[in-house]
Amino acid sequence: MSEQSLAGVSSRFARSTTDETSVVERGSAATETKRDDPHGAVTVEEVVLSAELAGAEGQAATADVAEYALWLGDDALILSQQLGAWIARAPELEEDVALANIALDLLGHARSLLRYAGSYDGRSEDDLAYWRDEPEFRCAWLFEQPNGDFAQTIARQLAASAYLFELYTRLQRSDDATLAAIAAKAVKEVEYHRDHAVQWTLRLAGGTDESRRRMVRAVGDVWPYVDELFRDEPLIDRLEGVAVRPSTLRAPFDAVIDAVFREAELEVPAGPVSSAGGRGGSHFPTLGYLLAEMQVLARQHPGATW
Amino acid sequence: MVTHAVQDSVSAVTVTDEAADSRRRVQPGPSSGLNRERAWEVAAAVPDPEVPVLTIEDLGVLRDVAVDGDRATVTITPTYSGCPAMDAIRDDIVLALTREGWRQVDVRLVLSPAWTTDWMTDAGRRKLSAYGIAPPTGRAAARGPIPVRLAVKCPQCGSLDTREVARFGSTSCKALYECRACLEPFDHFKAH
Repeated sequence: MSEQSLAGVSSRFARSTTDETSVVERGSAATETKRDDPHGAVTVEEVVLSAELAGAEGQAATADVAEYALWLGDDALILSQQLGAWIARAPELEEDVALANIALDLLGHARSLLRYAGSYDGRSEDDLAYWRDEPEFRCAWLFEQPNGDFAQTIARQLAASAYLFELYTRLQRSDDATLAAIAAKAVKEVEYHRDHAVQWTLRLAGGTDESRRRMVRAVGDVWPYVDELFRDEPLIDRLEGVAVRPSTLRAPFDAVIDAVFREAELEVPAGPVSSAGGRGGSHFPTLGYLLAEMQVLARQHPGATW
Repeated sequence: MVTHAVQDSVSAVTVTDEAADSRRRVQPGPSSGLNRERAWEVAAAVPDPEVPVLTIEDLGVLRDVAVDGDRATVTITPTYSGCPAMDAIRDDIVLALTREGWRQVDVRLVLSPAWTTDWMTDAGRRKLSAYGIAPPTGRAAARGPIPVRLAVKCPQCGSLDTREVARFGSTSCKALYECRACLEPFDHFKAH
């Protein structure tokens, strides 16, 4: 298996979060299988990814459905890549593990959504992740906001997970069976992410003067990019019953945020709103650097395995 | 099932081994024991790579097995969306069934219905506890705006006086706890 594929990235997350014991146990189990195998060297040939996508099952019906899956898949992929950068840098060991776990869930969502998006025109999840340039990405600016300090990451997590929870809750009832299945699985996971973000928001806002100062600043820095999530683009009009209309998510999102902010004694910033433009391929200046880091290996050494 | 199936990173996995062919004297078919019950039994014995005390049947990951002559199709579902153990589980299923004489083994990955710890067998829960991991408590479906969390019993001393140390653990499916009675830290398999 190519370790530079998204599948390889999942395994790497797993290794970084799996304790030593299970790694050792896995290693010895593999050796045992080999030794006990009466058939000697059995080779498992994995069919190349593009061939797997050729099946009619789970194929995106129209270009519009594929585009919608791409929007959601890019949001998950970029947020996952950002959170991965916290591993070994979080304020405490448990947070390394927590952010890595959240990133891993998001990478799972991204893989399912990008695979589905690519099924329309025969591209693989790796083609979409590694071989598109910045203007071809469709993520919203909130997900592109830099990690900043831990407070900024938490403010971004709070907005992102509250939005994703409301989105996936409704997308479970999509007329599109594949999107509904991905959403039904994802909603349980993002609920846990939301819980994590809420707890840290309360802790930082109610902690020391320094943690509160940083949390207030972080919310102010992140909030201009919240508005974009709830804009109804023309694509949504063409996907009645399939896509969730973003504007319908605003009220339930605000209700959750209001409750959390009331408890944390924070205020929703009243400042200017960013025009953003991620769905149309215009991106926040830092996205290019993030993509460069994410894509360099796949582009420098196409097909590399180790 | 088919309309909801999301065929992910898994599809036809073909196993070739000529030496095995020459050794295989029994013609495949119902008489050789290549039936669905046997296929289920073999697939069900595959251990989870990250919690090896559980089989994929205990976990509720194994959803279906179909047999057509010497061809077996096994359907599995991931615990969490990003679960990286799925590739290892798929390979282990292919190897286990191939060893038992199936010539072609297909492993399908489905996302719907979404996996829940409610599917974990009672035997699985007992094995987890004996292994030192507190099994999931309560039903995953009981969800509301204010989550009610049941006490988690310490797998070492059985005390209910435990506390959550971290919401996330060494794998997606676990959280880290400690027992205030015996002071031992332990993993808790989260209700999901």
